Amino acid sequence: MATLIKDVKLENVPTEVLFDKHKEFLQSYEKDENNYEYGMTDYLRISGMYWGLTALELMSINTKNQKVIDFIVKCQDPESGGISGCIDHDPHMLHTLSAVQILVTMDEVNAIDVEGVVKYVVSNQQEDGSFTGDKWGEVDTRFSFTAVATLALLNRLDAIDVKKAVEFVQSCMNFDGGFGSRPLSESHAGLIYCCLGFLSITNSLHIVEQDTLAWWLCERQLSSGGLNGRPEKLPDVCYSWWVLSSLSILGRIHWINHSAIQNYIKACQDVETGGFSDRPGNVTDPYHTLFGLAGLGLLGDERIIKVNPTFCMPQAVIDKLGLKPQILS
Amino acid sequence: MKMSDSSDEEQDVNYVLFKDRPDWKDIRPIEQDDDDEIVAIHYTDKFKDVHNYLRALLKKGEKSERALELTRVAASENPANYTVWQFRRDILKTLNKDLHEELDYIEKFILKQSKNYQVWHHRKLLVDWLKDPSKENYFTTLILNKDAKNYHAWQHRQWYMKTFQVFDGELDYVDSLLNDDVRNNSAWNQRYFVINNTTGFTEEVLKREIDYTLSKIKEVVENESAWNYLRGLLLHDKEGLSKNKTVTNFCEELYSSNSQSPFVLSLIVDMCCEQVQEGSGDSIYTLERALQLCSDLELKYDKIRANYWKHMADTIKRKASGENVEEEPTTS
Repeated sequence: MATLIKDVKLENVPTEVLFDKHKEFLQSYEKDENNYEYGMTDYLRISGMYWGLTALELMSINTKNQKVIDFIVKCQDPESGGISGCIDHDPHMLHTLSAVQILVTMDEVNAIDVEGVVKYVVSNQQEDGSFTGDKWGEVDTRFSFTAVATLALLNRLDAIDVKKAVEFVQSCMNFDGGFGSRPLSESHAGLIYCCLGFLSITNSLHIVEQDTLAWWLCERQLSSGGLNGRPEKLPDVCYSWWVLSSLSILGRIHWINHSAIQNYIKACQDVETGGFSDRPGNVTDPYHTLFGLAGLGLLGDERIIKVNPTFCMPQAVIDKLGLKPQILS
Repeated sequence: MKMSDSSDEEQDVNYVLFKDRPDWKDIRPIEQDDDDEIVAIHYTDKFKDVHNYLRALLKKGEKSERALELTRVAASENPANYTVWQFRRDILKTLNKDLHEELDYIEKFILKQSKNYQVWHHRKLLVDWLKDPSKENYFTTLILNKDAKNYHAWQHRQWYMKTFQVFDGELDYVDSLLNDDVRNNSAWNQRYFVINNTTGFTEEVLKREIDYTLSKIKEVVENESAWNYLRGLLLHDKEGLSKNKTVTNFCEELYSSNSQSPFVLSLIVDMCCEQVQEGSGDSIYTLERALQLCSDLELKYDKIRANYWKHMADTIKRKASGENVEEEPTTS
């Protein structure tokens, strides 16, 4: 019988956040044509750009770049209006949100056909209020979030049936206060972030069991300081973001031990190559680099640009749009 | 971000690129329009070759045996490419292929790529077409044998069970998983799912489940999942959290046997909280006891969540003074 609590041991933790290394890492990632793995993530290209560019923005680097804008424009499907992960591929909700996030941050959203995007998101809403990720029909609460986040950034939340969308997300709430991908699916910190982000955007946070859920999220902190996504799973830097942003939305980020999680995130830096990985000693990538930095930002590191917990974008961008996603106190 | 394992063909020295295959001579490959720096990607020759031909066939709309073979290679090169999977399904339909063979193919694929969304979605659509979930218990069990918490496998399992109403034997399966690892949260969740979709939490079921859960907690006290499940069960108890004698006796016994498990202590705190609020307290579930436990948790037994315990102590104090708290979360 497995009775050991799963966790990791931290050794030789860097005392600092290696900002210069991380900038270098992300900038070279962008240019390195020989990075085979990047080639293999062709189909994640737009989301990959969002991770890398947002991480740079959080380190005060202006990422506005005409080539990126032109690339996104080429990824928009003129027929459906959706945006794909790479040129010539099929559009998907995840990439559509990433593209809108990038363009909004660059203040270039009119480069794409905005009404096309709206039409695409609307076309993915189902009878029961849920959303599919693409036209082939996979339903998941992740897509409820991407739908309302995309529309809110475009100031077109009115285009969908918000009431039904809320009802679907509510139907995915579990007895432990958490949320899963579909009704009665296991609670999972990543999906909890999606559902709370959704409820924050639609101003519907009154449906959550605030303290029950915040307690479940606090329980994600392990002795190493790291956060996992479900009970008895290993800690992972990306959960620093999912859990910390969720707790921020619930107004309960102070419930966990800040210095312990900061220490864990720092331990996941690669002092040679730069970047953050999921766990200490693993290979770093832009995805974990964004969520490591954004997590540190939520914990109050003032060298990082203030990040909005609902959208995972610079707060200044959200303010400029006049958006006020709901946050509980 | 999960990369595909190198495909079988990559190890195969006899692998022939599509451009060198005689039976593909009639197809003019279409190169990717990839001229500027930001999109320049280094692909293997094989990757480029397959995708050049894929673009050509997609454009032509050719649904043939060779197109099916091409999608097989393309999918193994990048299983996250949902366009390939959709094209493959279109071909299967057009050629009227044996979908049971396709189930065998995707089974092997998922065994190697068990955390990829597209492959699971492919499996789901096949089962849906066939209206036949008879292979699914065997199949998902295979995956769960490798990783008993695989979210995709559980999602798939819940989908076909609910869609085709096949819950027989599932509680036994959950029980066997919990015998292997009593902390498997996915298995506890499945327990809730099955009961919720079959008998519901009747009084009789509730009693049985409470006994079951307490017996599991007896084996391993430090088990978040079992305690969460217990709390989930008590939500169905009309009397509330703190009136079930089996549960309260169990907790008190653990407590007096010197258990300092935060799970025991926190449940007792919540029991106190309920009774304090109702104002008709059992003598052992008092405000003073709750405050003492919160302070013990804060300072000794669950220091990492000290701020939570301070908050709980405040909340209980306010509830005791008759203040209506926590009914409606407030927006800042």
